[in-house]
Amino acid sequence: MERKTNVHAEDNKQELEITREFDLPLNLLFKAYEDPEIIEQWMGTKVLKLENKQHGSYRFETSDPRGNIVFRANGTIHEFIANQRITRTFEMENSPFPVQLEFLEFEPLTDETSKLTMHIIFRSVAHRDQLLQMPFANGINMAHNRLQEIVYTLK
Amino acid sequence: MQLRRDVFQAIADPTRRAILLLVTSHAMTAGAIAANFETARPTVSKHLQILTACELLEQKQTGREIFYHINAKKMKEIADFIEPFRNMWDDRFNKLEAIMQKHKSKK
Repeated sequence: MERKTNVHAEDNKQELEITREFDLPLNLLFKAYEDPEIIEQWMGTKVLKLENKQHGSYRFETSDPRGNIVFRANGTIHEFIANQRITRTFEMENSPFPVQLEFLEFEPLTDETSKLTMHIIFRSVAHRDQLLQMPFANGINMAHNRLQEIVYTLK
Repeated sequence: MQLRRDVFQAIADPTRRAILLLVTSHAMTAGAIAANFETARPTVSKHLQILTACELLEQKQTGREIFYHINAKKMKEIADFIEPFRNMWDDRFNKLEAIMQKHKSKK
């Protein structure tokens, strides 16, 4: 199967790059990052605040089915250029991970396809490697279940 | 942890990555491997030493010659390291794509 999402992490570097090509026109890809309701659907998190502008900020929060908060993140937006670029910080609250810097580049490939490049810079090589080693398996299952729920309610 | 670090250092070098690719298809002697590179033979030997120390390559004596084999188990460990993180993003992006395609058809 063709791999659509690539993660490039070179050894001894405090950065990584995630790239993905979408079967979506550029404006729809960007909209998925701009519209809080849509972000909530694909990120599986609640968007408490999202100011899409320079000096703006955002806050995400995820609760489990019993209402316990399991994830909280926030950041500051440094650059917001529609259909082109978002530069922002990202910080997981109540976690040992320091804030990280993210450069999101959106580019058109054809009229119907587009590409996203996420360039993430960490405080240190160790912090990056630590994040990569986090157990994501649970998160994947949670996301998968949520997707099934969304699909089910659409029927 | 230390070992894992070493493994990543091992594959960070382009010549070492090329050596691993070469040996993937069949076991080779140091001489046969070196013949594929313009680098000096001692340099290739050094690379082979590092790859062997990290257990990415295994040496097997056949008659008077030493053949280098790939250690598939170790290679898989490297792939597994980043795979859960990649999967998480792939999953998120698949969802994003599905939602936005629905969005498109609604218009």
